[in-house]
Amino acid sequence: MALNRRDFLKLMGGTAAVFGFSGVLLQGCKKAIKEAAERTPVIWLQAQSCSGCSVSLLNTIEPDIATLITEHISLNYHQTLMGGTGEVAIRVLDEAVKKQRKDFVLVVEGSIPTGSEEYCTIGMLNGRHVSALEWIRELGKNAKAILAFGTCSAYGGIPAAADRRTGLNPTGAKSLSEILPNATIINVPGCPPHPDWMIGTILHYVLKGIPELDEYNRPKLYFGKTVHEQCEHLSDYKRGRFAKHWGEKGCLYLLGCLGMDSGCDIPNRKWLGGVNSCTGCGSGCIGCTESVFPDYGKRGLYKHLMASLDEINALEEPQIRAAVLNLRNGGSING
Amino acid sequence: MAKIYLDPITRIEGHLSIEIDVQNGKVVDAKNKGDMFRGFEKILLGRNPVDATQIVQRICGVCPVSHGIASSKCQDAAFGIKANKNGRLLRNLVLGANYLQSHILHFYHLCALDFVDITAILNYKGSDSGLKAVQAWAKDELALKKGRIDQISAVSPFLPRYEAKDAYIADADLNIAAIAHYLQALDIRMKAHKMVTVFGGRVPHLMGIVPGGLTHVPTRANIREYKKYLGEVEKFVNDVYIKDVVAVARAYSDYFKLGRYENLLSFGAFESDDSGSAFMFQQGMLSGGNVAKLDTALIREQVRYARYKSASDLHPLKGQTEPDPHKGGAYTWLKAPRYDGKPMEVGPLPRIAISYLSGNMAVKKEVDAVLKEFDADISAVFSVLGRHAARAIEAKLLCTQIREWLDELEVGGSPRSTYDIPEKGEGEGLVEAPRGALGHWIVIEDKKIANYQCVVPTTWFCSPRDDRGNIGPVEQALIGTPIADPANPIEAARVVRSFDPCIACAVHVVEGDRDISQFRVC
Repeated sequence: MALNRRDFLKLMGGTAAVFGFSGVLLQGCKKAIKEAAERTPVIWLQAQSCSGCSVSLLNTIEPDIATLITEHISLNYHQTLMGGTGEVAIRVLDEAVKKQRKDFVLVVEGSIPTGSEEYCTIGMLNGRHVSALEWIRELGKNAKAILAFGTCSAYGGIPAAADRRTGLNPTGAKSLSEILPNATIINVPGCPPHPDWMIGTILHYVLKGIPELDEYNRPKLYFGKTVHEQCEHLSDYKRGRFAKHWGEKGCLYLLGCLGMDSGCDIPNRKWLGGVNSCTGCGSGCIGCTESVFPDYGKRGLYKHLMASLDEINALEEPQIRAAVLNLRNGGSING
Repeated sequence: MAKIYLDPITRIEGHLSIEIDVQNGKVVDAKNKGDMFRGFEKILLGRNPVDATQIVQRICGVCPVSHGIASSKCQDAAFGIKANKNGRLLRNLVLGANYLQSHILHFYHLCALDFVDITAILNYKGSDSGLKAVQAWAKDELALKKGRIDQISAVSPFLPRYEAKDAYIADADLNIAAIAHYLQALDIRMKAHKMVTVFGGRVPHLMGIVPGGLTHVPTRANIREYKKYLGEVEKFVNDVYIKDVVAVARAYSDYFKLGRYENLLSFGAFESDDSGSAFMFQQGMLSGGNVAKLDTALIREQVRYARYKSASDLHPLKGQTEPDPHKGGAYTWLKAPRYDGKPMEVGPLPRIAISYLSGNMAVKKEVDAVLKEFDADISAVFSVLGRHAARAIEAKLLCTQIREWLDELEVGGSPRSTYDIPEKGEGEGLVEAPRGALGHWIVIEDKKIANYQCVVPTTWFCSPRDDRGNIGPVEQALIGTPIADPANPIEAARVVRSFDPCIACAVHVVEGDRDISQFRVC
């Protein structure tokens, strides 16, 4: 099943305007995808990853994963899915470097450790374990586009977070931009990223070039609005109705929701084809698409009724300020 | 004697490599090596305990549910609470759905390419439109890339592959059916993830796991939606998955004799009452043919051959870890966990075998039905094929059991118990991940995490040699495996993959209270 126009637009953010297509171009959209996106070669490397971005990719619905890998991209290297093992697998990367292939998109999942080469190695060449760092530097030289998928690769994420007691990170984990400072890198953060964001960014690149990026090099079409302004609980917030414990109705701000500080479209797009969302399931947003995830300074993720007076006083709406203060002082919910 | 390296082992989670010594066509020695390290527990130190339920899920994107639940359970213990009934059931429902996802992914997308001849699609003569499309794609790939710079990547990600003689199934119909099921399973595993998302908010990395239960209040609409996906998954498990496992077992029956291991450990899976001590799959330790009661006080981790310079043979609550990337004699980032001094296999096979030998009638019925197909007794399950069969049997039993949990849910009722974070506390959280026994241990001081450790399934079975030189389960299981073609050691890959390793889980760092100064965070 090829990607039809409706699916394509959905992937791209829902409207033709977002994607910048004129009506005339849209007529030929399907044809353009068939021709232009004729299986762009993708080399997908996992460094200090948990494979969560890859599992999220497998959860793509439009296009489904089988269509993606047979019609839209040619997945030359992906450690979780590829048939080859050991030397047979690593030969794909080795040839790409030796033959100076320039035809592929390089995707990196996971942060990259710089503390020791031993912290992450991928394969063996001539009796030597080759580090993820070395592969990324070599393959990054000639790749026609470089995409950082997931917050670890985009900004360092959890593996680059500090031990709070020392301010130090155990492995010197870095983001892809820090490893390849002179390259143009599109960041598609998220822990994990939504499959639409990953596939949409690849297809946008193939069809239209680099999408418009924000100051964190994220495509604006996915990360341009805050979670808060699209949230299912926005009306509760406006009425000063806050959940005080998990599972209660109301805005999740007091449970530590970071939706005001986080850009992404999950409340609208939702996960797994509309099944649920982070705010919809009553947990709140943990800000996983942001460069400051998971530390947020020293704030962390779940403040759980620990909003400081300064933070509360900074809330603009007097009604909401009063409601939050009331709750903080032991008042009852929605009162 | 020839040394053969399988680096990387693909189609598993994470960075694993294997080194085997082959003599007279058989493996005589083996080392498995975890090739990635992040340092998770140190990153947890000093944080709000509740943040741990989110952070630890990032240990692994394939089994985040297990880590999230283990973390919330160790916090339950440290906070002095128990999940309420809805909380317990919701945990079972998201974990059970992820078992289905993980087992289906493992058999079809991680292992099947070691048995099925993917190139059979080129000679497909049938009329199925999906298969015809794949055939057209494969032919186009071969024609398009012939002689091109990227010729090696024709029909990727399925090719290139090991090309040992007679390595793959010869029967054309069986291959075509398996390829069709590979594609179908891609959709079915996604449906299982929809089940997780109904109550978990998203997956990977569930939003809704907290101490005391989940955050999502169950509704009738949720239950209906979950059941709809379950119906599709269940049909696939019963009509396709189980039968395919039996078909592969018929074609490769020598793998009942390969990859054998008989020290097994299970923490007990899916609590069947609110006390937390009764399980759908029993807990215990099997060694020398006898099941003994579980006692987690007997767990130690040893580091003689692991790249750490901290003390060895410590219980996880006292664990320490200081990385030493170039430690002499060390060959892996995995520690060597031991139970009462012995290495242990964990996973579906231990869960099923220990349940069977503990008199679990539901398990016995399903296992005996499969064994009857091969005129085999229970000893056949301690093998490569036994592991695959155990997963399929678990999936089948779970589909039935999940319906009962759904019926027990209190619609509209609170999904969790309340809690307060104490000044001080410590707790143990035990879960069975799809890959096996998983334990999290937390120490809280000043309402902050003072110590946090995980002992994960893959650390158990991909363990290196321990302080006394005893080798780990996968290493042991590899010994004796025949290798027909040293250039294409597919037999070794089959043995390793049967365990379903997850290296991101296995390589973490357990660390005590000492400061380690290594790298400044920019």
